[in-house]
Amino acid sequence: MKNVLEIVWLIPFLPLLGFLINGLGRKALSKSLISVVGCGVVFVSFIVSIWVFIQVKNGNTHVANYFDFISVASLKVPFAFQIDQLSAIFLLIITGVGFLIHVYSTSYMHEESKEHFGRYFSYLNLFIFSMLLLVMGANYIIMFLGWEGVGLCSYLLIGYWFKNTEYNKAANKAFVMNRIGDLGFLIAIFWIISKIGNTNFSDVFANASSFTSGDITAITLLLFVGATGKSAQIPLYTWLPDAMAGPTPVSALIHAATMVTAGIYMIARSNALYSLSELSQNVVAIVGLATAILGATIALKQNDIKKVLAYSTISQLGYMFLALGVGAYSAGVFHVMTHAFFKALLFLAAGSVIHAIGGEQDIRKMGGLNKLKITSLTFFIGCIAIAGVPPFSGFFSKDAILLAAFEHNKILYAVALFGAMLTAYYMFRLFVITFTGKFRGTEEQEHHIHESPAPMTIVLVILAILSIIGGIIGIPDVLMKGGDDLTTFLSPVIPVKTAETTSSSTELLLMALSTVLVLIAIVLAWFRFRRPSFSESKGIGKLLANKWYVDEIYDAIIVKPLYKLGETLNEALEKSGIDALVNGIGKAVQYGGRQLRWLQSGQVGSYVLLMVVSMVLFFVLQFFLRK
Amino acid sequence: MPINYYIFLSIALFVIGIIGVLTRRNAIIIFMCIELMLNAVNLMLVAFSKMHHLAKMATDASAGIDGQLFVFFIMVVAAAEVSVGLAIIVMMYRNIHSVDVNFLNRLKH
Repeated sequence: MKNVLEIVWLIPFLPLLGFLINGLGRKALSKSLISVVGCGVVFVSFIVSIWVFIQVKNGNTHVANYFDFISVASLKVPFAFQIDQLSAIFLLIITGVGFLIHVYSTSYMHEESKEHFGRYFSYLNLFIFSMLLLVMGANYIIMFLGWEGVGLCSYLLIGYWFKNTEYNKAANKAFVMNRIGDLGFLIAIFWIISKIGNTNFSDVFANASSFTSGDITAITLLLFVGATGKSAQIPLYTWLPDAMAGPTPVSALIHAATMVTAGIYMIARSNALYSLSELSQNVVAIVGLATAILGATIALKQNDIKKVLAYSTISQLGYMFLALGVGAYSAGVFHVMTHAFFKALLFLAAGSVIHAIGGEQDIRKMGGLNKLKITSLTFFIGCIAIAGVPPFSGFFSKDAILLAAFEHNKILYAVALFGAMLTAYYMFRLFVITFTGKFRGTEEQEHHIHESPAPMTIVLVILAILSIIGGIIGIPDVLMKGGDDLTTFLSPVIPVKTAETTSSSTELLLMALSTVLVLIAIVLAWFRFRRPSFSESKGIGKLLANKWYVDEIYDAIIVKPLYKLGETLNEALEKSGIDALVNGIGKAVQYGGRQLRWLQSGQVGSYVLLMVVSMVLFFVLQFFLRK
Repeated sequence: MPINYYIFLSIALFVIGIIGVLTRRNAIIIFMCIELMLNAVNLMLVAFSKMHHLAKMATDASAGIDGQLFVFFIMVVAAAEVSVGLAIIVMMYRNIHSVDVNFLNRLKH
């Protein structure tokens, strides 16, 4: 009998259907119909995902083969979906959080015209579709399809307000950065194909030990290059803050449910390969940690509410990569999940703030917004969760990562702990400046302040609840025996490390240490920014406010030289080479034509003469040249 | 009579025709020169046919007189050509009151 999970094609198919309906019918459908279609398809996908999750939890995993996607000589790439513990978790995150963001968008984007409203929702659905394709694919090629799909959708959505040149530039930047990473991924795929002959996960991981150590290192590093592009790690992270150009729910979608988690998923999926290469793991861990610290330091000095959150995402993604790098794959996935909750919450709450005061994003012009009761409360919950205060969700996931780092290397742990403090500090800086004190905007804005409509606040509340309780699926053993459901659940895909090197007392001590440090950071931030002053920062502060000048450095060492090269080639090759050749041919033909024109004299006599002369010539040729 | 005579006569007629076509401007004279060339060829064909036919008959009883038949075709074609050509010349004269071909160079423009 066929496996019941054959039907999983429904999950990505529905958003695709929604994309087609909304995309093609955006002029004909009414706004409410568009909302219903856009949210409805994702909701049904979510329901199916829950059903799939229950199936998987009961031990039913399946690779559903539909048809041959590519079939060339010995290379066969089936269009197949792999449903197992890892993809089931991601399905839930993507469709669940994605659905909430859809609902939120119906209200947030309500002022858009009908046509653009439909366009927005069709992109959103396409985004969900691509991401689902990415996590469901049973081989690297299908994964790559989804991978490219989310890249495209992020481009479309970041540049959603396409009349603004700056936004278009941001969209281009995101796309180009992603393409750089994609190239790494693509080369890795080719490498795998050349070694194994196909890219099915089952075959690749079963044959993982047949790779030479050089191959495995190269493949995993190339895959990681792909991940740095998609998941915004050093050196390809600069697109993510700029991606704030899109509408706020899009930022939430990119940062929480989709897109940036793709890299984490890909590495968690390829854990069998990464576990074989210590070098790659170290690279992943160090890059992750460096990104975590870099993002956190930059976030300290940003004044745009969305930019702070963007850098915080980069930083949190760094933590996830740290987890992957030290071999704690399930901790990484756990953090993806809790992060999806609280980062979606924070972004949507930020969107609610921006909505409330009429499009202002600069926190220097905010303050005193705690009159937005639900928004401020949910934002506060999000801050606590991301800071890692027990028993909120962020605490458990971050603690799992810190513990794994501790077991791996004490220095990594210390730096990561410092990063956690920074996280708490900048998040509460953001909270205190935005929500407490007096309002610093204009009178008109103050008058305008209002709580957002129900679809937005309900979503915020749901996400807040998830942020509070999301941690219970991963309570460490030391606090509750057998509480780490997630690791147990994922164990068929991600082997559990058996050797426990840390005693429970140490573990408890570490937990207490991180909690205390985080609380200190929160208190510090609270008092420091109670009465904020926004003087121009100097020295290191200026460095941070300008994001370590990374954008400028990239500009100077890559963008400018490229433009210069382009200009030089334009002068040297294009104008004096290709253009000259093309124009030269044209001129030669014209000149030749002018000369030959004299032959067409219109004098019958001369024609006849020519005819006779040529005939004689042919005779001569015939007679003399034949020999 | 040796074949050479025929060949020389034929070539002479043909060359006279060519030179006539090339040098004269009067359309009617050019026309006559073209006829001259055609008939030079006819003469050649008939002469060769006569000569080879006899030799051929010795070995092949069914050998025909294709060369001479061909001459009739040329004559028919020439007659058709004359009718068309003269009509053109008449029209030309009506239009430009001259049969000088050098006046007729308007196709150029």
